[in-house]
Amino acid sequence: MTLHVAVPEVEFSAVSKLFGNGRAALEAVDLTVHKGEFVSIIGPSGCGKSTVLKLISGLILPTTGTIRVDGMTPKNARETVSYIFQDPTLLPWRTVRQNVALSLELEGVSSHRRQEKTGALLDLVGLRAVVDAYPRELSGGMKMRVSIARALATSPRLLLMDEPFAALDEMSRDHLNEELLRLRLEQKWTAVFVTHSVAEAVFLSTRIVVLKPNPGRVYATIPIDLPQPRTAASRTAPEFEALVAQVSHALRGARAQ
Amino acid sequence: MKQRLITLANALAVFGALLLLWQLVLWIFRVPRFMLPSPWAVARAVEARFPSLATSFAITAEETLGGLLASIVVGAAVALIFAQSRWVRRMLYPYTLLLQTVPIVAIAPLILMWVGAGTFSVTLIAFIISLAPIIANTTQGLISVEENLVHLFLMHNASRSQLLFKLRLPHAVPALFVGIRIASGIAVIGAITGELYAGSSRVGQGGLGYSILYASSQLQTDYLFALVFAATVLGFSFFFVVMFFEWYFLHRWHESARTPEVE
Repeated sequence: MTLHVAVPEVEFSAVSKLFGNGRAALEAVDLTVHKGEFVSIIGPSGCGKSTVLKLISGLILPTTGTIRVDGMTPKNARETVSYIFQDPTLLPWRTVRQNVALSLELEGVSSHRRQEKTGALLDLVGLRAVVDAYPRELSGGMKMRVSIARALATSPRLLLMDEPFAALDEMSRDHLNEELLRLRLEQKWTAVFVTHSVAEAVFLSTRIVVLKPNPGRVYATIPIDLPQPRTAASRTAPEFEALVAQVSHALRGARAQ
Repeated sequence: MKQRLITLANALAVFGALLLLWQLVLWIFRVPRFMLPSPWAVARAVEARFPSLATSFAITAEETLGGLLASIVVGAAVALIFAQSRWVRRMLYPYTLLLQTVPIVAIAPLILMWVGAGTFSVTLIAFIISLAPIIANTTQGLISVEENLVHLFLMHNASRSQLLFKLRLPHAVPALFVGIRIASGIAVIGAITGELYAGSSRVGQGGLGYSILYASSQLQTDYLFALVFAATVLGFSFFFVVMFFEWYFLHRWHESARTPEVE
């Protein structure tokens, strides 16, 4: 009998990050994200939410402590990680199709394979009708779909999202939340999601991590055991309301610290 | 379309009114012909000396084009070097300011001394004077890429050359065109000023600047006016050609090149 211990997707051990001015963005943070989880990070501004994502992606390095992504250093793990930013970060001189193909292009995927993959993804995120449009012709929600399709094109195992829907109106946001979960059913990636919105975090996550500011530390961890798959109807369930109240309460506690 | 025709008609009406005013001034104040020729006399000078006017125009156009093309190539190359690091920019940027501030009339005699009079030295002057705006604008375009876009490229393990060719260069194209638009105007002025100092005096080889100098020394004021008119046409032509290329390359994606639906 072999003992099988799964390597966590993300593991922070005693991670601190000091900025140039000596202010601690994060202090002694321990955080583990297991494969298949959808973890949302929520907290008052200045608690280092985005810093966590930047550290996982290896775009910045921790001052002390170690970070492992699938057992590797963040930089070595990048091949299997995609990042979705708060703004859609599309290249305005490229059409929708060319923008989605960018991530594959940068990773040296052959043009034949690129066409196959982008074609399938454009269908999946509902962009078929606008493949040849330029970003300036699209609405905010459409631009974000392109950004999501580009991130998923490389078939990532881990998806990092930094408030991707913050700039959208509530209708588009709710709709894209549902789409995101639908895509996750098909592709099975692990997610670390930063947001300001409690309802969004509860709807999407399997677990919510509440950070507190000055310095950034983990304040509370709340498992979200709402049944899967979640649909628009999940938002009206009494359990949903209760969890939103619980997370809001924790958030108030974190702010008071 | 109808709107455009009205705009054109208005512009022509203003032009007609100016010609009329010009003629009225001549009649009322009885200005001597050698000081201010009539519009009619200018038109006749254009017609009578059209071949030499066209030759001068072509020579200056060639010098301007040569200088402008050289400054686009060299300016873009210098901008690429500047974009590599802040350290390089700090060290070398003051010298581009030098290019911009040294009066061309002061260095034209030097160039004349070093490379001799003629088309080449005029082209060189047009090149020197139009270089700075291309360097400045292109550099700005190359380095002002949004941080998140750079991060996106890094997340997909983009190489240095991918960052340059797929991100920084295309991002800098609109700024490059702003530089070229400014430079094209200056290049025309540079070529004409250059000819005042270093234009060839051989028959049939003098550009507009040289001919202006010659016509004024001979008090051929009507031809002088024709030359000034030709210089204006040259400046406009360059401006419109650059505008066309800018539209051609940018209209599909860039906000600045969007044609307004309603005027």
